[in-house]
Amino acid sequence: MIPNLDNLPVYDTAGVNERIARFCSRSIKSNSKLEGLKLALSMVDLTTLEGKDTTGKVQQICYKAMHPHDTLKNIPKVAAVCVYPAQVAIAIKALKGSGIQVASVATAFPSGQSSLEVKLLDTKFAVDQGANEIDMVISRGQFLAGNYQYVFDEIVAVKKVCGQAHLKVILETGELDTLDNVRKASELAIYAGADFIKTSTGKIQPAATMQVTYVMLDAIKDYYIKTGKMIGMKPAGGISTSKIALQYLVMLNEVLGEKWMNKNYFRFGASSLVNDILMQLVKAETGNYQSGNYFSKD
Amino acid sequence: MSRLAIQKTYKLYIGGKFPRSESGRFYAINDSKGNLIANMCLASRKDFRNAVVIARNAQSSWANSSALNKGQILYRIAEMLEGRKEQFIAELIAQGETAENAKTEVLLAIDRLVYFAGWSDKYQQFFSCINPVSSAHFNFSVLEPVGVVAVIAPEKQSLLGLISVIAPAIVGGNTVIVLASESKPLSAISFAEVLNSSDVPGGVVNILTGKKEELVNQFASHMDVNSIIYCGADEPLMLSISELASNNVKRTTFYKKNDWASDSCESPYFIEKTQEVKTTWHPTEI
Repeated sequence: MIPNLDNLPVYDTAGVNERIARFCSRSIKSNSKLEGLKLALSMVDLTTLEGKDTTGKVQQICYKAMHPHDTLKNIPKVAAVCVYPAQVAIAIKALKGSGIQVASVATAFPSGQSSLEVKLLDTKFAVDQGANEIDMVISRGQFLAGNYQYVFDEIVAVKKVCGQAHLKVILETGELDTLDNVRKASELAIYAGADFIKTSTGKIQPAATMQVTYVMLDAIKDYYIKTGKMIGMKPAGGISTSKIALQYLVMLNEVLGEKWMNKNYFRFGASSLVNDILMQLVKAETGNYQSGNYFSKD
Repeated sequence: MSRLAIQKTYKLYIGGKFPRSESGRFYAINDSKGNLIANMCLASRKDFRNAVVIARNAQSSWANSSALNKGQILYRIAEMLEGRKEQFIAELIAQGETAENAKTEVLLAIDRLVYFAGWSDKYQQFFSCINPVSSAHFNFSVLEPVGVVAVIAPEKQSLLGLISVIAPAIVGGNTVIVLASESKPLSAISFAEVLNSSDVPGGVVNILTGKKEELVNQFASHMDVNSIIYCGADEPLMLSISELASNNVKRTTFYKKNDWASDSCESPYFIEKTQEVKTTWHPTEI
């Protein structure tokens, strides 16, 4: 049933900014930093969501997902590869036996402006193709118009079609305007059955920010306190450097704690982040600052 | 009425902005009597790393701007420097130059910018060639900028030397990160103000002040730097630079000269030092 949205905490932007400034100023010593970088790498949903995606491109990022770097030892694989439904079968085949999940966006991604019927078919297609994780978008238009019931029912319906596949619900916070709206949308998604809540499609600016991620983590925390159930979090879009990724991990640890510090409960939706992490890891090993020229683009 | 003295804060110049060192460190520059002239930022390797990222991002659009445009911008730098030459002369005097030397140095620096501005649309013709080959190919060689150039500026003639090294690098479409003279760094940062008001896109010239001891090996080992120019005569340091630079085959140039005022400093071969030759084999028959 739709949660009560009237008594939610309200967010003071200045206060949130202040809290975030503290997450960003934590001193991380070099050993912890290395562990943090490896953890972040293991949490990446390596993403390609472009009209120009081809079989070759998808196979290439699947290879990258399985072998992030040729010579670095003891580095993890990424958590998942995230593609459009039409590319799922290719990714499944390429990743066979690797343990890496295949995530697919669905429900008329990225705008979500279609009928429920089409969205459910879209989801079913992705699941039938073999996707283990579905990244759906909410209907932001309906949400902003105040039709919360519509948004809630839609998520419930998609969740049903997902079956065994994990459901990540994209709020597209860049279109929700206020932090209070982000909190409301988080509640709707969580109570409707989301396994993960996700900030953005990556197609709208601003994408993930620490502010909205903080509010979403706060919603996850309150839900955990109330029900004991753990919901996952996925900031996506705009997290392109190791430094920012580490700041997110600091925030995750301080808001939700160690239980969430793994790929089952936290993901980064990113593409260029992987190379930046690899460059940092190679720098730590060789002592030399690295160049993008020596790392595969996809 | 007496006024409080207003002292300039000398900061770094990275990406068209004037940040302080991320390390928060600084070092003092004194005049010959031991009085403090200014506190300079003591740049760290992280400042250098940030500058390389910015210089890399700025490089392709700078290289792709027309030769005419690059020449105009270099000339513009000369114009701006001309308008502020008294300030630069005074600054050199404060750092220990005689009045006469200071004046000569500033005027020569302006002229040198004009000199390299003139080469902007000419050096390519000077160095390019058509090569005779024994097959059905039209074979020609042209210059392309190496990319990102790290420069350790001369310790003496801190303005003229700096300009003599960076002008040929940027006129050829490279972006540069310069470590200013350690003992006389003021002119370099004042020169950054000139660059900043001369239509030079942010990131094309980045200027750091700090210790050679800390930074030179970072300059030489960074994998995203394509060329390194060292001005000085420290033999062990040159050996170390050569070794580190070999990791990614940086184009390495050492200028051991002491006098940047001499005519020998005006030559298009200074431009060629930061260029790579690209040879194309174009089939002429089937």
